[in-house]
Amino acid sequence: MIGADLITALPEVVLALYALAALMVGVYGGKDKLAEPILWATAGLMVLLALLVGSKGLAPVVAFNGMYLADAFAHFTKMIILISAAIVLVMGQSYLTARGLLRFEYPILIALAVVGMMLMVSSGDLILLYMGLELQSLALYVVATMNRDSSRSTEAGLKYYILGALASGLLLYGASLTYGYAGTTLFSGIISVISDEGMSLGLLMGLAFMLAGLAFKVSAVPFHMWTPDVYEGAPTPVTAFFATAPKVAAMALIARLVHEAFGVVPGDWSQIIAFLAVASMFLGAIAAIGQRNIKRLMAYSSISHMGFALVGLAAGTAQGVQGMLIYMAIYVTMNIGVFAFILMMERDGKPVLDILDLRQYAKAEPLRALALLVLMFSLAGVPPLVGFFGKFYVLWAAVNAGLTWLAVAGVIASVIGAFYYLRIVYYMYFGDEIEPLDHVRAPVQSTLLVASAAVMVLGVINLFGIEGAAELAAAALVR
Amino acid sequence: MLNLLSIITFTPAIAAAILAIFLRGDDKAAQDNAKWVALVATLATFAASLILLYGFDAQNTDFQFVEEHDWIMGFTYKLGVDGISILFVMLTTALMPITIGACWTVTHRVKEYMIAFLLLETLMIGVFTALDMVLFYLFFEAGLIPMFLIIGIWGGKDRIYASFKFFLYTFLGSVLMLVAMIAMYVDAGTTDIPTLLSHEFSTASFSLMGWQVVGGMQTLLWLAFFASFAVKMPMWPVHTWLPDAHVQAPTAGSVILAAVLLKMGGYGFLRFSLPMFPVASDIFAPLVLWLSAIAIVYTSLVALMQEDMKKLIAYSSVAHMGFVTMGIFAANQQGLDGAIFQMISHGFISGALFLAVGVIYDRMHTREIVAYGGLINRMPVYAAVFLLFTMANVGLPGTSGFVGEFLTFLGVFQVNTWVALVAATGVILSAAYALWLFRRVVMGEMIKESLKQIKDMDRREKLLIAPLAVMTLLLGVYPALVTDIIGPSVAALVDGHNLALQAYDAASQLAQN
Repeated sequence: MIGADLITALPEVVLALYALAALMVGVYGGKDKLAEPILWATAGLMVLLALLVGSKGLAPVVAFNGMYLADAFAHFTKMIILISAAIVLVMGQSYLTARGLLRFEYPILIALAVVGMMLMVSSGDLILLYMGLELQSLALYVVATMNRDSSRSTEAGLKYYILGALASGLLLYGASLTYGYAGTTLFSGIISVISDEGMSLGLLMGLAFMLAGLAFKVSAVPFHMWTPDVYEGAPTPVTAFFATAPKVAAMALIARLVHEAFGVVPGDWSQIIAFLAVASMFLGAIAAIGQRNIKRLMAYSSISHMGFALVGLAAGTAQGVQGMLIYMAIYVTMNIGVFAFILMMERDGKPVLDILDLRQYAKAEPLRALALLVLMFSLAGVPPLVGFFGKFYVLWAAVNAGLTWLAVAGVIASVIGAFYYLRIVYYMYFGDEIEPLDHVRAPVQSTLLVASAAVMVLGVINLFGIEGAAELAAAALVR
Repeated sequence: MLNLLSIITFTPAIAAAILAIFLRGDDKAAQDNAKWVALVATLATFAASLILLYGFDAQNTDFQFVEEHDWIMGFTYKLGVDGISILFVMLTTALMPITIGACWTVTHRVKEYMIAFLLLETLMIGVFTALDMVLFYLFFEAGLIPMFLIIGIWGGKDRIYASFKFFLYTFLGSVLMLVAMIAMYVDAGTTDIPTLLSHEFSTASFSLMGWQVVGGMQTLLWLAFFASFAVKMPMWPVHTWLPDAHVQAPTAGSVILAAVLLKMGGYGFLRFSLPMFPVASDIFAPLVLWLSAIAIVYTSLVALMQEDMKKLIAYSSVAHMGFVTMGIFAANQQGLDGAIFQMISHGFISGALFLAVGVIYDRMHTREIVAYGGLINRMPVYAAVFLLFTMANVGLPGTSGFVGEFLTFLGVFQVNTWVALVAATGVILSAAYALWLFRRVVMGEMIKESLKQIKDMDRREKLLIAPLAVMTLLLGVYPALVTDIIGPSVAALVDGHNLALQAYDAASQLAQN
């Protein structure tokens, strides 16, 4: 029996074993000299695993007595997580090497974090949920401080760690309350208790605390305080990673928890999530206006985008989950492109992050500027770019679920948010003349930048078929 | 020619892609190539649209040249034209070559400039041909991007303020429409415009946060669409983005903004608000009529005091758009005919006026009215052209401006005499500001030293303005050219509107008894 269970969880097992083996090789081998091959091997393995996950059948498989769920929802999110993690690893390699930051632990820690995320999205039990979350978080705390000589980076890691520990505490407290009142940690057990006996106050408290802990991970307001500082302090490739895969995993985990364990009482959590969504959309949109540091700006932008993804979840329907999944996939693609660009922002060989330094960038680098323009309009949600369809989907789900006020709040926030995306376009295309940024030869980054912009434009034709896949994934979760 | 509409819509975009991919360098030759490619593409589009006009059957009030393909999320890629939209397509395709010609003297980032205009043309045509609500929204909103760049990159001194104001103002208006569209999709289960036109949206009153919403869902949807189209139109009091955008935009940008982009709001009212929400339109008609009347009088007064020529024409555009909204919400044959006619004619007249301002701006690099005077002495052709379009703007019989204004008055007089009376004073005011402008710029002695060397219009400028002059006079003398095409479709719209209102009245009578 255990053999079959392990086969079901093969991708996680393989990646975890690989990480341990790579650690041994790294320690007893050439240490940081091996960092580059390990990084490429890790990225390659992730892509292979993504293909493996993608080739699995649609029939849901339950392993480890219901603790581990392998269904279409898990497969869909795992593919996004694996592919985006692989891309981000490859994307940051030259940047880290050039600054002597590429240590062999980096790809290994990322691999471990990815194992944690994969467990999170597959969890059918509060214990596995917590284990996955902590594995991910601990790995991320360490990579945040990877630039050991920078006080900013250390500060970022420490802040992330302390606040993350607080959030984990909240989550754990909520989980223990839930266990106390439901008598089980299995999601399937919790939902049958609620169906039979109704939602008790203790369970409600448990749910609220768990949502608070998870809201921290997706950096939803009011649990967002760490985001700008950590984004700013961590090395840019690490920030790029923070902005992509962990967000998908945490968002998927929220969906998993509320639908698998509390799916029969959508009214109870829908309000909480709707509040988180509105607060995130507005705070993200308004607070970013004052930012000049592009990484902080992207931090607020991601807060706002998480708000939109939460709008989909607040709907509490399969359509809402589908919208959230599509939104996250699009969000990750856009962020990869933008961070690929940020990695190329240099003057005299030093990274610059002030958006004022982008003035008249379009003159020097027309193609890259055009790609960033497309991404900015897509982030703002202006049609015909794909970012618009992500917004359309979640708003549609919200209106369909009777949450029209939430949709109205969302579109107003998106207008406020449009201002700062436009400002970047304005600096690039019609700012004053200044000393231009360096022309950085970065084939990987510029390819990714242009590719993600191209996806934003060409996606209007059929969204690359992601719609159908997300629909199957959502159908697996919401029954 | 099954794909004729797609061909017309996307020819400019393909030309833009060709320019973007294949044109390298920024020397004189490359710039000329960019201009010629753009000109040829827009002329080809115009030629294709003439085939469309030739094949169009005005007596048939259904959508024609329909193309339909499945798209994402249950939407369809559906294009088609009827009597209401076809002339807007023609207006766009006809004005684009002139617009391209108007930027012939630009030397700053010519390739990008041409790409922006070509993309804009695709998006504008798409707005008028889309028969899927989301497709319409896509084209409607996407037009903001090239226009933002056109104002921002090639505009005047305060271009940054103007471009942000333009973008955010219109964006805010249209996102509310997006929510309304989603609500319609949820209610009707389709985004297909012909189906939605026959769908009855609920008029049952309900209470929202303690307020009794008369007209129910229709009222809310109508208001959301109104927020978008009123800003786009623009109607008083949300018109303030327009003068800023016009003053800062380059000449060609102003032409396209006044001649085509403003018509999107009016088209939206005709395509969505009036036929889809007839009851709500009826409830709000007095409000719109009065807003229009205020717009006509107020903006005419404001125009009187402007010192910048472009700003003056911009305010006069707002006033003329007031006639359009007035005609539309009079909701009878004459009013609607007049509104559409006014939009077409204003497209030619305002385009020509902005071109005319561009002519002297290119020479003197100022738009201040006080910087000019006595141009008639050295620029007789220019004076004649400017006089013609000034008169057309005032609405002199024999020009197309008269027909539109007269028909809208005829329409609104039957509905609300007081509004017609107030609006009529606007006509007098428009004569005042337009003639005073003409007097100050063109007439009198030439006193300014700087003007002594000014040259009359060259051949390119004459060539650009000539077709506009011909159209203005032709439509003024023989308006049936337009009304024959729009008439049957407008009649169908009016019939549908009246039927829906009768049904609603009967239902509310029944509820009372």
